Amino acid sequence: MAYALQQLINGVTLGMIYGLIAVGYTMVYGIIGMINFAHGDIFMVGAFLSLIALTGLAALGISSVPLALAITLVFAAGLAALYGWTVERVAYRPLRGSFRLAPLISAIGMSIVLQNFVQVSQGARVKPMAALIPGGMPLMRDGTFTVQLSWMQIAIVITTLVMLAAFTWLVTRTPLGRAMRACEQDLKMAGLLGIDTDRTISLTFVIGAALAAVAGLLFLLYYGVIDFFIGFVAGVKAFTAAVLGGIGSLPGAVLGGLAIGLIETFWSAYFSVQYKDVASFSILVLVLIFMPTGILGRADVEKV
Amino acid sequence: MKPLRDAGLSALVALGLFGVMIGLKTDAGPHSLVLRARPWAVAAAVAAVFFGRLAMLYWRQWRPAGTPSPRHVAATLSRIGRYAAPLLLAFAITLPLYAGRYWLDLGVLVLTYVMLGWGLNIVVGLAGLLDLGYVAFYAVGAYSYALLAQTFDLGFWTCLPLAGLLAALWGVMLGFPVLRLRGDYLAIVTLAFGEIIRIVLLNWVSLTGGPNGLSGIPRPTLFGLKFNGGGGPGSFADFFGLEPSISQRVVYLYFVILGLALLTNWVSLRLRRLPLGRAWEALREDEVACRSLGINVTVTKLTAFAIGAAFGGFAGAFFATRQAFISPESFTFIESAVVLAIVVLGGLGSQLGTALAALVMIGGAEVFRDLQEYRMLIFGLALVVVMVVRPRGLVSGRTPSVALGGRRHIGADMMSEGHG
Repeated sequence: MAYALQQLINGVTLGMIYGLIAVGYTMVYGIIGMINFAHGDIFMVGAFLSLIALTGLAALGISSVPLALAITLVFAAGLAALYGWTVERVAYRPLRGSFRLAPLISAIGMSIVLQNFVQVSQGARVKPMAALIPGGMPLMRDGTFTVQLSWMQIAIVITTLVMLAAFTWLVTRTPLGRAMRACEQDLKMAGLLGIDTDRTISLTFVIGAALAAVAGLLFLLYYGVIDFFIGFVAGVKAFTAAVLGGIGSLPGAVLGGLAIGLIETFWSAYFSVQYKDVASFSILVLVLIFMPTGILGRADVEKV
Repeated sequence: MKPLRDAGLSALVALGLFGVMIGLKTDAGPHSLVLRARPWAVAAAVAAVFFGRLAMLYWRQWRPAGTPSPRHVAATLSRIGRYAAPLLLAFAITLPLYAGRYWLDLGVLVLTYVMLGWGLNIVVGLAGLLDLGYVAFYAVGAYSYALLAQTFDLGFWTCLPLAGLLAALWGVMLGFPVLRLRGDYLAIVTLAFGEIIRIVLLNWVSLTGGPNGLSGIPRPTLFGLKFNGGGGPGSFADFFGLEPSISQRVVYLYFVILGLALLTNWVSLRLRRLPLGRAWEALREDEVACRSLGINVTVTKLTAFAIGAAFGGFAGAFFATRQAFISPESFTFIESAVVLAIVVLGGLGSQLGTALAALVMIGGAEVFRDLQEYRMLIFGLALVVVMVVRPRGLVSGRTPSVALGGRRHIGADMMSEGHG
C-alpha cells in the first residue's frame, strides 16, 4: 500500500512533466495539423539551457535557490522560445501548403539538427547536476518503507499547475488565444477574417517551446542528469499523452500526460524497468487503434 | 539596404540561439560542472549566418531571369533518366573491374540503402503509407538470418527467403492493427513499433545477446564455395585455382547486393503494372474513391506492408551476413529516417530518383566522414534544405501507368494532394 502510494506520487510528478510537453504537441497539431517532431528536442534544448544557466548562476555566486530558479526559468523559457520560433520560421513556414509529407520530413530533419547541434556544442557526455532542492517530508511509514514526498515533487507539481493556469488564461481570455482557437477551427477562414495566421502560428510555436523548456528545467531538477538524446523518447511519450488525451484538447494533454506518467511508473515498479518504454509505446498503439479520438478529443469528420 | 538589415536581424537571432549554447560549454569540473566560454566559436557561427543569409538574399535578387519551372525540370530529368538508368546500371556492374576495396565497400553500403529505399518505396511511394519504422523489418531480417544460421546451421541462401518471409509476416502483423490510421498517426505508430522491436532486441538477452549483439554470423557461399581469406579446401580460391584474397568476398558481396537490389527494382516495376500495383497507387491518391470503386483496401494495404517488409528483410539478412555481427545499435530510428529521407528526396515513387538519392546521401555522408560528429548535423540540415527547396524530391513527377495515346510525364506541381 505504502509502496503503491509512493509510485502514485512519482507517477503524478512524471506525468506533469509529460503533460507540459504534450501541450506543445497538441496546440501545434490542432492548428496546422502536423506532428512537430522537433518538439521533444526543444524540450531537451530547454533542459540544457537550464543547466547552463544554473551552472552560470552558481559560478556568479547567487546562492538563493528560489532566485536562481526564477532567473533560470525565465532565461530557459525565453531562449527556448527563440529556438521554437526559428524552427518554425526556417523549417515549417516555407512548406505550408506544400504536400503533406514535406513538413514531417523537414521536422525529422530539424530534430536531427537540434540533437546533433547540442551534441557538438555541449558534448555527448551525460551531464550531472547536484540536487538543488533536497529533502522532503515523510508521509507514511509502513514497516521499513517510508513514503516520501520530496519538496522537489511539490515544486514540480506547483510549477506545472501555475504554468497551465497561465496558459489556459492565455488561450481562453486573450485576443491571442481567440486567434489561436480561430486558426484551429479553420485556418483559411481565420485568415480571411483578418487574423494574421503566420503570426499566430509563430506565437503558438513560441509558447509551446517555452512550456517545453519549463518541462526541461523540471526534468533536469528531478532527475539530475541530462544528455542530448532525452528529447526523442520524452517527445514520443508526450505525443502519446497528447493523443491519449485527445489531440487538440489542452486539458486532455495534461490528463494524457498524467496517465502516461502513472502507467510508466507503475509498470516500472511492478513489472520491469527495461520494458517501460514498450509500455508507453504500446499504449500509443492501442489508443490509436481503439480510441483514435482520445479521452477528450472530438471526432474528425471527413468530408468528401 | 534591405538585405543587409535582414541579414543583420538573422545574425541577431543567431546570436541569441548560439550565444549560450555554443558560447558556454558545460565541462566536468572537480566538484560539479564548470562553464567554459568560447566567444570565437559564437562569433564564427553568427558570422556564418550573417553572410549565408546575405548571400541567399542577393542570390534571390540577382537570380537569372527565366528560371526553369519545376515542371520543365521534371520533364528534363525524366528525359535524362531514360539514358541515365542504363548508364548507372552499366557503371554498377562494371565497378568491381576498376574499383579498389574501399570503393567496393562503399558500393555495397550504397546498394544496401538503394535496396532499402526501393523496398520502402513500395510502402510509402506507391501505396502512400508513411512508415517510420521500416528499420524494424530490416532488424527482423538480420536477426532471423543470424539466429537461423546459428541455431540450425543453415546457409545464407536457404535463410534469405525465410528471413524475407518472416519480415513479411511482421509486416502483416504491424499492418493489420494500423489499417484504419492515416498520415501522421500511421507514421507515429510505425515509429513506436520500430522502437518496441528495438527495445525487445536490446532486452531479450537470452535470445538476441542484448546490447552485445550476435557475432560470428556465417558468410555467404557460392554454391557451397566459401570465401575466406586463408583459402584451403572448399574455398572459392581453391576451386578456381586463384590466389586466396579477401577482396574476392567483397566483390561477391557486391554482386549479391546488386542482384538483390535489382530484384527489388524489377519486382516493384512489374508490380506497378499489375492490378495490385494500380490499386496501391489509387490508394495513395484517394482512399475514399478506392473504397467506392470496390477495391479491397485491407488486402491492398497489407500486401504493400508485406512486400515492402520482405525486401527490408532481405536487406537485413544481407546486412547480417556482410557484417558478421549485428546489435540493436544498427537498428535505431535514425536508420528509418535515413531510408525515408532517401525515398522522399528521390521523389516518391521514382525508382531512379531513389537510387540517385541513396548515392548522394550515403556517398555524401561517407565524404563527410572526416567531420565525425558534424556528419549527422549536416545530414539533418540537408534534409531540411532539400525539403524547403524541392519538397517533391529530386525527381518529382509521375508517369501515369495507363494513358491514352502517348505516355506523358506529369510534373509534381500539376498533381493535387494525395491523402492516405
